[in-house]
Amino acid sequence: MSVPTIEIVDITNNNTQSSALVEAERMANICNACRYCEGFCAVFPAITQRRNFNEHDLEYLANLCHNCGACYHACQYAPPHEFSINLPQTLAELRAETYQKYAWPVKLGSLFHRNGLMVAISVVLAMILLMSGLLLFQDSTPVFAEHLGEGAFYQVISHQAMVALAGTSFGFSIIALFVSFIKFCRANSITLAHVFSNNVLVKASYAAGTLKYLDGGNGQGCHTKDESFSNKRRYFHHAMAWGFVLCFLATSVATLFEYTLDIMSPFPVISLPVILGSLGGLGLIVGPLGLLWLKMITDPKIMSIKHLGMDYAFLLLLLFISITGFLLLGFRSTSAMGMLLIIHLGFVFGLFLVLPYSKFVHALYRFVALLKFYHEQEATKNKLNSSRYIANK
Amino acid sequence: MSIPTQANVLVIGGGNAGLCAAIAAQEAGAQVILLELSDKQERGGNSKHTRNLRLMHDAPTETLDNSYSAKEYLDDLLKVTQGNMDQPLTEFMIEQSATLLPWLKRMGIHFQPSLSGTLSLSNTNAFFLGGGKALINAQYLTAERIGVKIFYHSEVTSINIEDGVFKSASVTNRGFKQTITAESVIFASGGFQANKAWMKEIWGSVAENFIIRGTPFNQGTVLKSLLAQNVESVATPEQCHAVAIDARSPQYDGGIVTRIDCISFSIVVNKNGKRFYDEGEDFWPKRYAIWGRLVAQQPDQIAYSIIDSQVTEQFMPPVFPSIQANSIEELAQLIDIEPSVLINTVNQYNNALESDKKTSQYNPKILDQCSTQGLEPEKSNWALPINKPPYYVYPLRPGITFTYLGVKVNNKAQVMMNDGTASKNMYAAGEIMAGNILGQGYCAGTGMTIGAVFGRIAGEETACQFQQ
Repeated sequence: MSVPTIEIVDITNNNTQSSALVEAERMANICNACRYCEGFCAVFPAITQRRNFNEHDLEYLANLCHNCGACYHACQYAPPHEFSINLPQTLAELRAETYQKYAWPVKLGSLFHRNGLMVAISVVLAMILLMSGLLLFQDSTPVFAEHLGEGAFYQVISHQAMVALAGTSFGFSIIALFVSFIKFCRANSITLAHVFSNNVLVKASYAAGTLKYLDGGNGQGCHTKDESFSNKRRYFHHAMAWGFVLCFLATSVATLFEYTLDIMSPFPVISLPVILGSLGGLGLIVGPLGLLWLKMITDPKIMSIKHLGMDYAFLLLLLFISITGFLLLGFRSTSAMGMLLIIHLGFVFGLFLVLPYSKFVHALYRFVALLKFYHEQEATKNKLNSSRYIANK
Repeated sequence: MSIPTQANVLVIGGGNAGLCAAIAAQEAGAQVILLELSDKQERGGNSKHTRNLRLMHDAPTETLDNSYSAKEYLDDLLKVTQGNMDQPLTEFMIEQSATLLPWLKRMGIHFQPSLSGTLSLSNTNAFFLGGGKALINAQYLTAERIGVKIFYHSEVTSINIEDGVFKSASVTNRGFKQTITAESVIFASGGFQANKAWMKEIWGSVAENFIIRGTPFNQGTVLKSLLAQNVESVATPEQCHAVAIDARSPQYDGGIVTRIDCISFSIVVNKNGKRFYDEGEDFWPKRYAIWGRLVAQQPDQIAYSIIDSQVTEQFMPPVFPSIQANSIEELAQLIDIEPSVLINTVNQYNNALESDKKTSQYNPKILDQCSTQGLEPEKSNWALPINKPPYYVYPLRPGITFTYLGVKVNNKAQVMMNDGTASKNMYAAGEIMAGNILGQGYCAGTGMTIGAVFGRIAGEETACQFQQ
């Protein structure tokens, strides 16, 4: 009896392929011959659309995967089987590599990739020190004084300074994210024409907004510590993501108030920016705390352990932005306000700066992957071999 | 934790049949011990490799199309077994299958429409979301939740029977021997296909070249112990579910991915370079179950499925890469067949094809009657010339799914004794009694139906006894 081997065919002729890429290709070929997991999520119907897998295909699959673990626990070829299939972990590793590869500038991506948590903390501390340095060494520092009423924040940090810091960090972030987004779209051959045909944009947005593919295929959710299912991760992610959106809205509304209505922050507790921000802030406490807890109890076999720092960094940044935001709200009429404002802004500007290299980018890449998924599904809907799962869902 | 020495119900085997039995018995009020030979990672026997079960249904369900009547179901089974079955028991099983879906869903098993590449089963077979291992996981979680005591690494070495009544089972748990008594026992420990010595007793050295598609744990120890103690047997020992699989597959647990689906689009030759059976006799899902036996009958139990570049996209992708060559001669050398013989076989086949006009009717979705004429054996459908290089070959071996030799049961899943009486407290479910339904041949999804129907009945029946 001949020894069973799976040969790796090097399609790309690229000798620098990562081990995650090589493993992902080997596994995708086995999954394509099996197809039992077809009903779990979008990854498997996407696999069945192909008969071989190049680098871009595998990066696309990696970013379609939510790491829910369903295919690992259902896999007849998971270790100790000699095929040793572990798609969630392999795709998690490959996914982290795409974050690095498509980052702009690439060098900054590499830095974060290697040591996400330390970099995030350093950036936040640097921002706090910078602002403290600028303010504390003034002759009569405004930091420790009480400031009340409209424009109180700007008595600590001048409006121009705040706009300059926010504008620079946020502007940089937007540009870097946009470049990454375009790079990833190009790698996946996604064009505007694809996005705006056959309701592809609507379907992808719906799937992203509802975390459709974290439902386990039939609403049962995903795995954490063992082979039982739960929807906890989906709910906590909703709290976090929608909390993030509400906080972003709160900031936008506040900016609008200041520039068009000429009302200066701090705003009263019963005002649109504070209500939106508080609701969002609650989401940014519940969500990240829940997700951190789930990460700690999740079976390490399905996670990419060496990239956990990146995940923790992003969750902790969001959590501390929210906590410092609430502290600022609670103590804004005391002399602690100045220092709390500096710390809160340190976290906010720190987040902006690291955003293009943080776990945040998964939102962009997964969205592109979903666009591609729905585009492909539409393009092959009537062909032989198109997935009945999608057609019937 | 050591195994208690006593239980109301002892279930031997932790695949679908054993778990259905354990859950049914525990839910009916019994205290159940379930013994599984493997560790947790490899639990579930052959069930972890399955993906569907065949269900009678009068109307479409969420995941099953149209309807599948008892008569259609029975006809399908009569066709594959050629009547070699206990027909009243089969009819009973078919009726019971109609009530399985909600019962299985209650265990947390999810269903989905039929998988891509299996459209012909959307009427008849309910597919488990995530396949058989997902089903097994849900069953174990349910069993644990309701209080079934499950022990892994537990091998039952012999069964102690007195006058047709189960007394105890000898068990080795993590190396330690002990005896377990129970008021009732349910045997759900599968066939004996993984027991090479036993297979060789029946098949001779031919069995050396068999690949076992499923679990290495089905050693038939319990079956052997029962058949040595006046338990009535069913089916003959050489009968089994055997398919042609990739010769490069692992010896055990290769599962679904080792199947080769291109046979009907290919010509298949043995090691002497000769064709031996009509590759295009019928649709592949209706023929896959005969090809294991066909390959087993060839010298050295090996065969080669040869296609050219015209049909490479028309079947499910195999797990192992094809062996490729740009000429038949080169291909013959790669697979160690005398080149002149293989060239001759291919030429004869190409020359026997009917006119080009007929070839142009080629259509893999229907029985296109695109055939050879005057060839021995003929190829009756999908016969395209093999003349567009590169050429591809997949080597084939017999892949044994499970053996049919088993214990005879009645419609309470009670084990029958050689004197024609039913044992008072012994029951059987799953592959160990599948031979009652499948005397020969196979029909996709029947194994899991047998396991679930008789597992549930056995569990309920043992509990009735216990309550009396």
